[in-house]
Amino acid sequence: MTIALTRPGTARLNLRVPRPGVAAATLFLAVALTAAIGPSLFAGDPLAADPLHVLEGPSGRHWFGTDQLGRDVFARVVHGARHSLSIGVAATLIAVGSGILIGLIAGLSHRIADEALSRSVDALSAFPLVLLALLFIAIAGPGTTSLIVAIGVALIPHFARVVRAQTFVVRRAAYVTHAVAFGAARSRLVLRHVLPNVLGPVPVLAVIGLSEAILLAAGLSFLGLGPQPPSPEWGAMISEGRGYLHIAWWASVLPGLVVTATIISLTVVGRFCQRRFEGREIA
Amino acid sequence: MIRPILRRVGAGVLVLWAAATAAYLALLAAPGDTVDAIIGDGADTPLIRAQIIQEWHLDRPAVVQYADFLWRAVHGDLGRSYLLQRPVAEVIGGQLAPTLKLAATAAGFGILLALVLALVARRPWVRRLSSTTELVLVSTPPFLIGIVLLSVFSFRLGWFPVSGDRGAAALVLPAITMGLPIAGTLAQVLRDGLDRALEEPFAVTARSRGLRERSVLVRHALKHALLPAVTMLGWSFGVLIGGTVIIEQVFGRPGLGQVTVQAVSSSDLPVVLAVVILAAAVFVVINTVTDLAYLLIDPRLRRS
Repeated sequence: MTIALTRPGTARLNLRVPRPGVAAATLFLAVALTAAIGPSLFAGDPLAADPLHVLEGPSGRHWFGTDQLGRDVFARVVHGARHSLSIGVAATLIAVGSGILIGLIAGLSHRIADEALSRSVDALSAFPLVLLALLFIAIAGPGTTSLIVAIGVALIPHFARVVRAQTFVVRRAAYVTHAVAFGAARSRLVLRHVLPNVLGPVPVLAVIGLSEAILLAAGLSFLGLGPQPPSPEWGAMISEGRGYLHIAWWASVLPGLVVTATIISLTVVGRFCQRRFEGREIA
Repeated sequence: MIRPILRRVGAGVLVLWAAATAAYLALLAAPGDTVDAIIGDGADTPLIRAQIIQEWHLDRPAVVQYADFLWRAVHGDLGRSYLLQRPVAEVIGGQLAPTLKLAATAAGFGILLALVLALVARRPWVRRLSSTTELVLVSTPPFLIGIVLLSVFSFRLGWFPVSGDRGAAALVLPAITMGLPIAGTLAQVLRDGLDRALEEPFAVTARSRGLRERSVLVRHALKHALLPAVTMLGWSFGVLIGGTVIIEQVFGRPGLGQVTVQAVSSSDLPVVLAVVILAAAVFVVINTVTDLAYLLIDPRLRRS
């Protein structure tokens, strides 16, 4: 105890971002930028098959080699970045939007409505993430749209729980009771006073949610339940290249490494923000 | 002591009922006709349609069907597979053993590795190395770990079989693949807990009694660090379930995951529902047991 209290400099705000954090953020920005402009600028056609150059190793012409149809793996990874990132972002947006709405309503309602909503969220999180998404896909059929919605729904509990807890704190805060005393309308009260103060932890959770969404999307497409071939998507590419593993490891391992790098960068950034937000010291 | 236990068990039952209901509602909301789904590619005549409606009780009101569904589910009857025309319980039961074997081995390996990583890697540079490894393990899609292991140890070196479930050798790579992400997360939680416990006054007292750092770590700090790790049990179970779905595909193993993927891609809803409800049930049981374990371990919780 005494050690913690006398450590010098802990009271000052530490604005230095550690080097891994900078590297991770740069890496993710690079991936995001590649997804945004890569397909039209520097990556070739992801669908152009070349039967004369099938399963060739990485070279100057084909940075990541070619796949079983002679398609350029690098071009497919770059185009796939756009697919996979947009699926992840769209799913996260669904989860964040619904989570905020459910959490806010639960936090502001009376006991019975709150109890009903909270228990529903509990029930939702009683299913393992993958199974919940699988259940949704089984009902809606495989495809990009149902993949997005499935992952979005599966991630709702993360956000709904936190927003509800925040709402409980905020609605008892002095500025809210004062606004009530001044006769603020209910909608104004919620939009002007409660909502902005509830959102604090949401961006950090969204970064972590995004990495989970991308990972889950890659897993489900790997099972053939996402975007259908020949569209380039990271998980689907890894799955397709799997059959040629013994002669051409690059066709599935290189896209896999790109997924991993993306997830690592998001995780590092997310954890850094989380620690900063919680006011914990950064190791 | 009795009331908090009853309350937690009651909450668990409630969540389970809600999960079953949600799953049933999902079944109702499914687009397309149930009769079409049951017929599949088979012969489609009005007579067969009428037979199916009669056999599956599709002419009854939804509420009656729902009550019937719950009643049967409580008795372990989870309906019949559209695709295989066999009771779901039979379909799942037959595939349970290989999956349980894999999950148990993976969990054992994961927990062991986590303990080793957290307890042994204490020196600053080993620690940095080990936490970087953990980050990579947690962030790598499990199927990629599986693919890399497969291409190195099965295709290149030929140490392990490429697919199937024959003998202990076939279990090694899938179990490692599934155990690694669990080890990564658990090790992080354990290390955080150990660090926190080692700064507590009781650790200082133990040191002042002349205990060596290793005994302080193992005999005193570890117990405290295990508490948050126990909370992760439910989460690990989710990872294991999600893991089996994908790992069984990668390694061509029979099991619950294969059945699930097949059922999902052919919209065999009774099977999907049953797997989901079963998973939710196990999850609720694990979480309830964890909560109760807390009551036993930490007397302060019994009062609230």
